[in-house]
Amino acid sequence: MRFILCLFLLLSAAPGWAAGPLTYNLKPVAIAPDTWVFEGTREHFTRSNGGNILNPGFIVTDDGVIVIQTGPSRRFGEEMRAAIATVTDKPIRKVFVSNLHPDYWLGNRAFADVPIAALPGTIEGIKAEGLGMTENMYRLVGDWMRGTEPLVPTETVYGSTVVFGAHRLRLIPLEGHTAADLAILDETTGVLFAGGVVFSDRTPTTPHADIGQWLAALDALDALDVTVLVPNHGRIRTDKAAIAQTRDWLSWLDRTLRERAEAGADMAELLDAPIPERFAGMGVLREEYRRSVSHLWPRIETAVLPRVN
Amino acid sequence: MNRHLAAAALLAALSNPAYAGPPDPADPLASVMWDVLRPELFGTAPVQFDDRVTVTAPDNAENAAAVPVMADATALGTVEEMVLFADLNPFPVILRFQPLAAKPVIATRFKVQQATPLRAAARTPDGVWHIGGKLLDAAGGGCTAPPATYAAADWADHVGEVQGRAWAPSGEDKATRVRFLVRHPMDTGLVAGIPAYFIEALTLRDADGRALARLQTAEPLSENPVFTLEVQPAAGARSLTLDGRDNQGGEVKAAIPLPWVQGALP
Repeated sequence: MRFILCLFLLLSAAPGWAAGPLTYNLKPVAIAPDTWVFEGTREHFTRSNGGNILNPGFIVTDDGVIVIQTGPSRRFGEEMRAAIATVTDKPIRKVFVSNLHPDYWLGNRAFADVPIAALPGTIEGIKAEGLGMTENMYRLVGDWMRGTEPLVPTETVYGSTVVFGAHRLRLIPLEGHTAADLAILDETTGVLFAGGVVFSDRTPTTPHADIGQWLAALDALDALDVTVLVPNHGRIRTDKAAIAQTRDWLSWLDRTLRERAEAGADMAELLDAPIPERFAGMGVLREEYRRSVSHLWPRIETAVLPRVN
Repeated sequence: MNRHLAAAALLAALSNPAYAGPPDPADPLASVMWDVLRPELFGTAPVQFDDRVTVTAPDNAENAAAVPVMADATALGTVEEMVLFADLNPFPVILRFQPLAAKPVIATRFKVQQATPLRAAARTPDGVWHIGGKLLDAAGGGCTAPPATYAAADWADHVGEVQGRAWAPSGEDKATRVRFLVRHPMDTGLVAGIPAYFIEALTLRDADGRALARLQTAEPLSENPVFTLEVQPAAGARSLTLDGRDNQGGEVKAAIPLPWVQGALP
């Protein structure tokens, strides 16, 4: 009896086990000259996708390979590095990490031999919350995380233009999605790695969001000359529709929560509130909406309840 | 195996010596704590699992320190008392609520320590407890994390401050919705070096002192707890009063205006 129970627990705890070793099966997609992206799913972190929900990328320059985001786990970083080696034999020159969320940097261990650059606010955030976020990723995606430990970025960057080979990269510090969001515009190709600020057909995530600042960041990106926009989650596009979609969602979300708070609603009543049809095509819609209610509601609520003693 | 069953039966008998009624219906949430909580919370009173008591909460706790929950037993008609509890929390009872002149509906936020069944029980005048609930998944740790309150040097100056507001009655039942927030760290006592410090009682009254809703509040309620109630004050009442106290003798006192009520006096 006990043996059967053990066997059952083993089987149910390791769905990937029967199907062989876990692999992300990463395939670099060329999106512009010298520029590739690994397209993630438009889902939330799950045990079947192993946390592969991001669009990390790389640019091959005469000065080495520039990597943008390292993915959700050590395994992802290692597979990324192996996949890059199928495209070029140039060494990795530098890694950029756009913000503190775990899927952007938990693959850092696979790039420990090169400089890993991030904004000061991102580095502070990873120092403060990195361990907790790593633990939560183990809970959410399980065995895919094996061997993953936080590695804080090693180099601080600021708003600037940097040149690698023939590529001029404009580092654009923004805020709103988190306290420090790095967007990278390759002025040579017109490719914009938008960081966490732009979502494309995937519902924006708001655990560290300031909606007002975020809308201002979208305006800043909207003013750039862009040929290809790489949102960090969702479809890659050759237009700016994803900026408009992200703006539309954030504006609706903020306005709706404020209106409902003003009308006396309780947070629990917002969980199943209707979402307009035009957002139906965005991935993880209801789940991310509920998470956003949890993130944004308390402050909005406090503002509509006057002091009475 | 048989020995285990015998031990479980003995344990059940010891923890519930007085209960001798008909066997309870099976717990639809299959909680390992149900056999312990049943006598503790309901004694020998009859219980039934009842979909008319609804519990609205997320499936996953995004913030383990503040999970929104709304319990609604209006479909039962008259309800004398409600209990909100999370089976696997270190302190299962979140609050008790007597809707004296209020609808049997209450919403708040609470701390969750691990994934748990979350339930509301409502006692009807015939003495039967009607229980509804759902499973809540959580990364957990909400009961053993220090409150953010202490980050502010002047936190003690603000304990007991109340923010509140009432909304004019609408709908057929003419209930007045009232929402209020009390500034309080609501310490569970489970964080090393921080003693238990939480609000124990809150009563919402008419202007003339008649109790409309009585709350017995407990450790799991979130820091700076927020409540939503629907009360039926006397027709001419121009404000509600809130009074209460914490476990260290601190008082809560506030008046929430009903600005749409026209009084005879200017």
